[in-house]
Amino acid sequence: MSVRRLCAVQPENFEFKPETLEKVNWWIKKYPENRRQSAVIPALWLVQKQEGWVSEPAITAVAKLLNMPQIRVYEVATFYTMFMLEPVGSAALIQVCGTTPCQLRGSEALMKVCKDRIGPKDKLSADGKFYWQEVECLGACTNAPMAMINDYYYEDLTPENLAQIIDDFAAGKQPKPGPYNGRQTSEPLGGATSLLDASLYDGSAAKKIKIPNAPEAEVKA
Amino acid sequence: MAIKGILEDKDRIFTNLYGFQDWGLEGAKQRGAWNATKDILSFGRDWIITNVKNSGLRGRGGAGFSTGLKWSFMPKEVKDRPHYLVVNADESEPGTCKDREIMRHDPHLLIEGCLIASFAMQAHAAYIYLRGEYVHERERLEAAVRQAYEAKLIGKNNIHGWDFDVFVHHGGGAYICGEETALLESLEGKKGQPRLKPPFPAGAGLYGCPTTVNNVESIAVVGTILRRGAEWFTGFGAPNNAGTKLFCVSGHVERPCNVEEAMSIPFRKLIEDHCGGIRGGWGNLKAVIPGGSSVPMIPAEQCEDLPMDFDSLRALGSGLGTAAVIVMDKSTDLIKAIARLSYFYKHESCGQCTPCREGTGWMWRVMERMVKGDADPKEIDTLLEVTKQVEGHTICALGDAAAWPIQGLIRHFRHEIEDRITLYRSSKSNFAGHSIAAE
Repeated sequence: MSVRRLCAVQPENFEFKPETLEKVNWWIKKYPENRRQSAVIPALWLVQKQEGWVSEPAITAVAKLLNMPQIRVYEVATFYTMFMLEPVGSAALIQVCGTTPCQLRGSEALMKVCKDRIGPKDKLSADGKFYWQEVECLGACTNAPMAMINDYYYEDLTPENLAQIIDDFAAGKQPKPGPYNGRQTSEPLGGATSLLDASLYDGSAAKKIKIPNAPEAEVKA
Repeated sequence: MAIKGILEDKDRIFTNLYGFQDWGLEGAKQRGAWNATKDILSFGRDWIITNVKNSGLRGRGGAGFSTGLKWSFMPKEVKDRPHYLVVNADESEPGTCKDREIMRHDPHLLIEGCLIASFAMQAHAAYIYLRGEYVHERERLEAAVRQAYEAKLIGKNNIHGWDFDVFVHHGGGAYICGEETALLESLEGKKGQPRLKPPFPAGAGLYGCPTTVNNVESIAVVGTILRRGAEWFTGFGAPNNAGTKLFCVSGHVERPCNVEEAMSIPFRKLIEDHCGGIRGGWGNLKAVIPGGSSVPMIPAEQCEDLPMDFDSLRALGSGLGTAAVIVMDKSTDLIKAIARLSYFYKHESCGQCTPCREGTGWMWRVMERMVKGDADPKEIDTLLEVTKQVEGHTICALGDAAAWPIQGLIRHFRHEIEDRITLYRSSKSNFAGHSIAAE
């Protein structure tokens, strides 16, 4: 397991922005009335969207909102590794997948780019713009190596691509997520080997059908 | 163009796997989703469960348990507690990236499957638990759910006559939440630490109510199976390994990809027809992890005519798992590849059971020394012994999952570890003893 603690330096207070609060309330409505606690992960995530990270006053505020003991929110914030417990870069939070499928396809070279351009991992860069981490499998293994930057996946990367992406973020641009080797999603590079039959898409599958193995009574009728 | 693989396009379930078509409701309907769903429900719960059983569908989340049978474990009558369907979309098993494609490209098949499964188990609500990192996938799925509500396909007083809500939920980046009871804990707003079983979720699951947890792919295939008939589905694959399956091929192949194929497709055909072959040719294959990181690897010699299904891989001491095929060619440092997985399990252990919390860290540290060769040959047996002490002695299967990759490595490539140790020692002019394993 990973040991995670709150940041030593904490802000004085935390306030939900109205739009954040509105979203948290939307989440709370998804669960039965006496089960507000179910919204704790989405609520903390929205806090992180608002502030960039999860602070101790924010944990207190979420606990109050969801009628939870503070320790229970603290447990959740420290257990789930998506919650950043200290300030992250203003331009980009870069999370490079380092697990075996990505490692086999060159994630170590990507991490070297991050190290050279940004600095040591798990630390805010000197200019405060970047923060990079090595994370565990992000579930895009056929598009390895890849990284999650802010909220989206940048896939099929080379060290050169990633360096360019970092430069773009530094310049205030928003580089496009997705594969960077020319394919659309996870089809084989150079063209799909399946799903080429045009009749799949001509609407014939939407015609009225008779369900096979219908119960006896249905067949007679 | 010659047909690649075994499965023909007309028999594919996920016709928008790559997102080349419209993911939305209109596009999905054109491709056959939501067709005759009302007829299916009109045949009744028992008919649905019987037909899903007859189709031979085995759970697609890794364990391969009969989906229809699992559904039949739910209480027959709804008493004081509501029933729930929970869809496990916490896809985090290294190598696996199939549910992602379903959620972002064919979300309506999943939503339709939720309705059918929930109707069969008398649930009026389903929660779909996505891993937190799937932000784009969640946005897409939420949009598809909205479309389904607006078209009155789901919701109160919908056209199917079964009041039904779908709620999309997300996690916070914990692999352990893919374990069904940890997922339920997490959905209740707690740390994702697995529960002891019994009680099983069908008796006391989400909020203490009868619950069934199914993988995304297991649920998303149900509509099409019932539309085309159980016999259609059993027509693919070896007996007891029925159906079509999404394979995720990653690692050292020319063109890594996701692809839907017939179950039991030979490994070599899968790789050569869809992935352009092994990088550097078939002879360059070293080993394969055939079902996601948790299953033991198999060496190249066993891959030639290997059918990719549950029973064939089990016979080799491995498993189909999630059908996430991680290919490793001869350039791979297998010890390092497995050491990285050991780090993964150390990182993801929830810390509840001592053998796993302490054992995963111990195994990782020894594996790191094995990578360098800084170990005593006797320690290989000590390591193997420790994996056996972790395996089977924990609440959930994460302990087993951490043990199996190492066991697979030692079973098939023990000589590589020994060679590494010899090489390391030969580089030291005056070798004096060895360090102690435990720190």
